[in-house]
Amino acid sequence: MSVLLQVEHVTKRFGGLVAVNDVSFELYEGEILGLIGPNGAGKTTLFNCIDGVYTPEEGRILFRKQDITGWKPYDVARFGMARTHQIVRPLADLTVREHVMVGAAFGAQSMGLRQAARVADEVLEFLGLAERADWLAGSLNVAQKKRLELARALASQPQLLLLDEVLAGLNPAEIAEMVATVKAIRNRGITIIMIEHVMHAIMNVSDRILVLDFGQLIAEGTPKEIAANPKVIEAYLGDPKLAERLMQGGE
Amino acid sequence: MSRQKPSLPPALRPADFRPALPGRHWANWALPLALVLALGLFPLLTGKDVHRETMFTLLRAVVMAVSLNIILGYTGYVSFGHVVFFGLGGYVGFYLVAVQGRTLWEALLAGGLAAGLLAWLIGIGILRLRGAYFALVTIGVNEAVKAFIQNFDPFGGPLGLTMNFSVYQAYGGPRTMLQMTYYILVVLAALAVLLSYAVRTSKFGLGLLAIREDEDAAEVMGVVTPMAKTWAFVLSAILPGVVGALFFFRNGSIEPHEAFPLHLSIEAIVMVMLGGQGTVWGPVLGAAGYQAMRAFLLTNRYLKNIQLTVSGALLLLIVLFIPAGLIGWLRRRFPASRRVLL
Repeated sequence: MSVLLQVEHVTKRFGGLVAVNDVSFELYEGEILGLIGPNGAGKTTLFNCIDGVYTPEEGRILFRKQDITGWKPYDVARFGMARTHQIVRPLADLTVREHVMVGAAFGAQSMGLRQAARVADEVLEFLGLAERADWLAGSLNVAQKKRLELARALASQPQLLLLDEVLAGLNPAEIAEMVATVKAIRNRGITIIMIEHVMHAIMNVSDRILVLDFGQLIAEGTPKEIAANPKVIEAYLGDPKLAERLMQGGE
Repeated sequence: MSRQKPSLPPALRPADFRPALPGRHWANWALPLALVLALGLFPLLTGKDVHRETMFTLLRAVVMAVSLNIILGYTGYVSFGHVVFFGLGGYVGFYLVAVQGRTLWEALLAGGLAAGLLAWLIGIGILRLRGAYFALVTIGVNEAVKAFIQNFDPFGGPLGLTMNFSVYQAYGGPRTMLQMTYYILVVLAALAVLLSYAVRTSKFGLGLLAIREDEDAAEVMGVVTPMAKTWAFVLSAILPGVVGALFFFRNGSIEPHEAFPLHLSIEAIVMVMLGGQGTVWGPVLGAAGYQAMRAFLLTNRYLKNIQLTVSGALLLLIVLFIPAGLIGWLRRRFPASRRVLL
């Protein structure tokens, strides 16, 4: 397997706060990498460093063997990286299809509107939103908005997809559907990094997991290894019950 | 469930597939265009000069509002000093005709180019600013350009410039010139509507809408925001510049206070908000409605002195109760109208 993304000694500070501290890891093509950690651990900040929203103070990021440190988010997007946001803010006056067309038209494959409309319809079908294509995005429920956010990212036909808490706010049935969708996306050859708080889901779907705490990478390994790692258990409040749940999730 | 399929379904869904391009429908350009042409040609029917002059003011407002809508409505950036493009275009055009002896056509072209160039320079300089900061800077730019011209001798400084009326002989004398420049304005208003439709339904326009709703998300989706915003600003500046050159050529004189009145910027914003920002129809209806109201207020002996106060109150009421404007409200109230009411 070849390396798709290399994060080397990345540090991001906000004034005196070190949000991401000397983080390094590699990501292989076709992998699903889980990124977990307590609230405020720096997970979203790390995403922001990877996709160009922030420029890290130290370290560098290589994507497709190219040093993309300091690139603008739109350049990174056009180079084949897409991302969903934790807080979904759909564009009020656009339909679901038009939303997804933005992703398709301006993404990695930069295409005309007609082709973007076709890709949007394909992606909406794939994500089970086809019947909602002509709805206003503002009228969707939370689960549908999450799918829309995913559709937007997927329509850009990325090589790497960063998912920021796509499961948050979903009920168990919706989580199961979304997990199946994430796996299906990977089966289409798209590499994924996902931030998640829903433990059993991330344990189930990830090939490998990274754990961040106070901006530092404290553990890396398969879901099983992570669930048994004492440092991780300590980071999650030292709660033995939670550790138990992590173990079950790893099975 | 289709969502569990590992691969994409075929490109075309057989029965219900239609290429859905946002807002592309003949009615969305043909009807606003028809309205502009009907307004523009109405003085031809009555044959009265006073109607023509009323319509000149109205169509000038249409061009200002429709152009402003590209940056205000589509892109979501409030340009409070938009009249600067009208004034600068006016000065450049006027200077070329009155001092350099160039033709009206060259003046119109130069007025548009000067306005576009200024917008481009402002754009790369200040479109990094967002929200209220951008609005404030646009007011500053208007005042700065005005102050510069007041001290710029080739443009006549604080006294401005006047045209030698013999210039009009080349255009069939003052009477014919007034007719001709009026019809040029009708064409410009029609062009403004077509440009507005073209931007709104293009890929470029889709990027602008994405910026309007969430600029950070637009960047992450690959919209090259600094470039898109700058070009939107340039497109919104060119026609006001051309109309400025036309207006002051017709006017026969130009001076700083006439060329850069801040209240004209604010009135243009009211027109866009009244009709519905971000739509093709909205600014056209807003400009027509506002000018009709203004004419009523100015001719009413009790209300004529508080005309701008009424505009201000109107803006407040729109922002409070129907922020989407008339067309935006209709589109939300009757979703079925969305396809043919842009």
